[in-house]
Amino acid sequence: MSGHSNYEPKTGFEKWLDVRLPIVRLAYDSVVDFPTPKNLNYWYTFGGILAVCLGIQLVTGIVLAMHYVPHVDYAFASVEGIMRDVNYGWLIRYMHANGASMFFIAVYIHMFRGLYYGSYKAPREVLWILGCVIYLLMMATAFMGYVLPWGQMSFHGAVVITNLFGALPIVGESLTTWLWGGFAVDNPTLNRFFSLHYLLPFMIAGVVGLHIWALHVPGNNNPTGVNVKSKEDTVPFHPYYTVKDGFAISVFLILFATFVFFNPNALGHADNYIPANPLVTPAHIVPEWYFLPFYAILRAVPDKLMGVLLMFGAIATLFVLPWLDTSKVRSMRYRPTAKLYFLIFVLACLVLGYCGGQLPDNHVIPGLSTFKLIDADLNSFVWLSRIATLYYFSYFLILLPILGLTETPLPQPESISEPVLSHPASTPAGATAAPEKKG
Amino acid sequence: MLRKGIALAAFGLTVLAAPAALANAGAAPVREAEFSFDGPLGTFDQAQLQRGYKIYREVCSSCHSMNLLSFRNLGEKGGPFYDPEVKNPNDNPFVKSIAKDYQINDIDSETGDVVQRPGTPADRFPNPFPNEAAARASNGGALPPDLSVISKARHHGAHYIYSLLTGFKEPPAGLKISANQYYNPWFPGDLTSAWSGDPAHVPAGGLIAMAPPLAADKVTYDDGTPSTVENQAKDVAAFLTWASEPTATARKQFGLAAMIYLLIFSGLLYASYRRIWRNVAH
Amino acid sequence: MADTVVGAKPDTHAAGEDPNRRDFIHIAATVAAAGAVGSLAWPFIDQMNPSGDTLALASVEFDLSKVEPGQQVTIKWRGKPLFIRSRTGKEIAEAIKGDTAELRDPQADEERHKPGKAEWLVLVGTCTHLGCVPTFGGGDYGGWFCPCHGSHYDTSGRIRKGPAPKNLAVPEYTFLSDTKVKVG
Repeated sequence: MSGHSNYEPKTGFEKWLDVRLPIVRLAYDSVVDFPTPKNLNYWYTFGGILAVCLGIQLVTGIVLAMHYVPHVDYAFASVEGIMRDVNYGWLIRYMHANGASMFFIAVYIHMFRGLYYGSYKAPREVLWILGCVIYLLMMATAFMGYVLPWGQMSFHGAVVITNLFGALPIVGESLTTWLWGGFAVDNPTLNRFFSLHYLLPFMIAGVVGLHIWALHVPGNNNPTGVNVKSKEDTVPFHPYYTVKDGFAISVFLILFATFVFFNPNALGHADNYIPANPLVTPAHIVPEWYFLPFYAILRAVPDKLMGVLLMFGAIATLFVLPWLDTSKVRSMRYRPTAKLYFLIFVLACLVLGYCGGQLPDNHVIPGLSTFKLIDADLNSFVWLSRIATLYYFSYFLILLPILGLTETPLPQPESISEPVLSHPASTPAGATAAPEKKG
Repeated sequence: MLRKGIALAAFGLTVLAAPAALANAGAAPVREAEFSFDGPLGTFDQAQLQRGYKIYREVCSSCHSMNLLSFRNLGEKGGPFYDPEVKNPNDNPFVKSIAKDYQINDIDSETGDVVQRPGTPADRFPNPFPNEAAARASNGGALPPDLSVISKARHHGAHYIYSLLTGFKEPPAGLKISANQYYNPWFPGDLTSAWSGDPAHVPAGGLIAMAPPLAADKVTYDDGTPSTVENQAKDVAAFLTWASEPTATARKQFGLAAMIYLLIFSGLLYASYRRIWRNVAH
Repeated sequence: MADTVVGAKPDTHAAGEDPNRRDFIHIAATVAAAGAVGSLAWPFIDQMNPSGDTLALASVEFDLSKVEPGQQVTIKWRGKPLFIRSRTGKEIAEAIKGDTAELRDPQADEERHKPGKAEWLVLVGTCTHLGCVPTFGGGDYGGWFCPCHGSHYDTSGRIRKGPAPKNLAVPEYTFLSDTKVKVG
């Protein structure tokens, strides 16, 4: 895709094809010969893992669509029919349902990795933004997919999320009516969600293509954040990273299989096995775990419109991140102060996720009955989410812009090979041991 | 690094899956019964499933439907009446005779009249009530839930069903109970408004419209198992858990093979990885 | 591992150190990957086969007293039409006469009905040419005529003229009583 190509067509057919459609050359240049920094650690394998996740979701999803009936009267029973009567239907459906969670686990690790090693900085801004687009599309797809089984959580989740758009002034009401195709979430809503749930993954696949293209122009970032200086710094993608990614994928599949085969409903919610009933809302309604941090941000704000804006703002901030971080140093390995704030940021995200699953007024520390300060119970989950939300936004909007100007980074290596050569891992005894050591 | 990653992921999952813990709001923590199907490799006890089916049929089915089940399911692999000699559940003699005992509504193809005919293995379990309104009318306004997937639809599945069925208690003094309501500490609910005692000690549980359904010797067991409420509750919980996911055993067996395969595969890939990278300092 | 050079360069093209070398371990890993994909492919193929609820409906029972002599009743079986024809004496005689004619798919009329039940013909009602439903009593032989591409069947359901290669298929069926058959 960029630069020169080392591909030499060998057979007559390859030569014939190469001047007409150089698709073998494209494949060779991007997954065989592609020069990749030799110091990528296991955090960098999640790109490959995500590709596998997308593939699994597409294949299982297309198969499920062969048996699923998008109608309020049959949706629930057709999903159970898949579980009971379709040959291996249970396997395919559990792979798809748990695959969504696995996809999000991988994408969150992939994003945190990008944040830590500064993979969003020049010249990779477009790469980062395309990643954010994929993430948005994933969220939309996952949300609509969760509606399809038409259980209690599907239905009331759809009600809550579509009502978010009702917060918008002037257009809100007509927008929600338009989304629903009626005056409440009903059959037209289910039908269009099914259609879009089938469409969006192909859009994701398209943007993933662009994402990989945008990766292959500047090439991979790496844990040092230092640019590739010479051939010494890289290895060809195949076999070095095909085998490393392959191993990581295999280990990830073990985690995946643990859920699919032995704990298939652990990440879901029991209420979703109750058929949708528009007249009764479940006592404790929560979204799927991967939406919990945003759900916590939404509930942290007492105002409906502000809550919605803040929730979408949390994602929108990611898009402008490349211009918020003022530091010239990419990797936080050489930014000790920033590293500390980053770790707190990860913690804040986990705290938000935890708060999202709790009732807002419940106490964080059960023993401590109240911890009041001017009428505010600071020992409640809503206050904990407020603090975490505040940190989430300060990290991007205050800390990263200021830190780049004020902090003193550690000296960076001249090249990727430099720290490698003096790295303890290159002594014979540990020549192949875990190569990574942060900081 | 990888181990750290997995540990982190596992930690994240635990944190995020935590909401499941506060599941049955207001109810007493479930009583754990020992079930043969618990754990990653547990399987169903066929004799228990047969007893459980008998209880469903003689007790539960007078109010509770199981719309997603067909008679043939009873004779499928892993089911209560599975016979390895009869692979096709539709030919299973037990299943056929059970189905035949039921009268199924059908339409006469000649006259168009509604007729009743004996059931076949392909028929679904008949619904005790013609519609939801009729079901509510017969049960003091409460709708007996369909039991097809009840074990998956309740936190703690079989253990919850067992706790509920064995958990009916005399209401504590100070709890206002209207007619056709029963106190059960394991039924999720909020009794604050019905409680006139100490507001700091609202009793756990809720008010359920189902009368205690089980009683000793209410169902005659054919295999000599003592017909106690404990056993009945356990057996019907086992049956309902099987019915919620008849493919669970197949899933676990497939899973075991898949895990062994993946472990070997990972080992091979790791060896291959070490070999390929051995001359690269990184 | 002992001979690993400290700080060795990733010289991937040095002789004898080609990482692409078909080492046993790499072959084993590749084969295992192919095996995993291959064995996982089966569930994804098998899911398109008839599911449990479809298979359960694969047999039907039918009350023959509904069919007048010389008439046929068409019922649905496994999603396809099923002809249940009560033949008159004349039609049976014509069918037996046909046994000696030159047949494309030779079969005696006797083999096409249950012993002693010559009046009852049970056939899958799809033309063996391309699956259309032949019309009752049409064609040159008084059996069935397929309107799509002009296949003529006789009163035994055998192909006599036109493009169809085979006789109308006889499904598996049994008489449960004199007036009741079970198909499938």
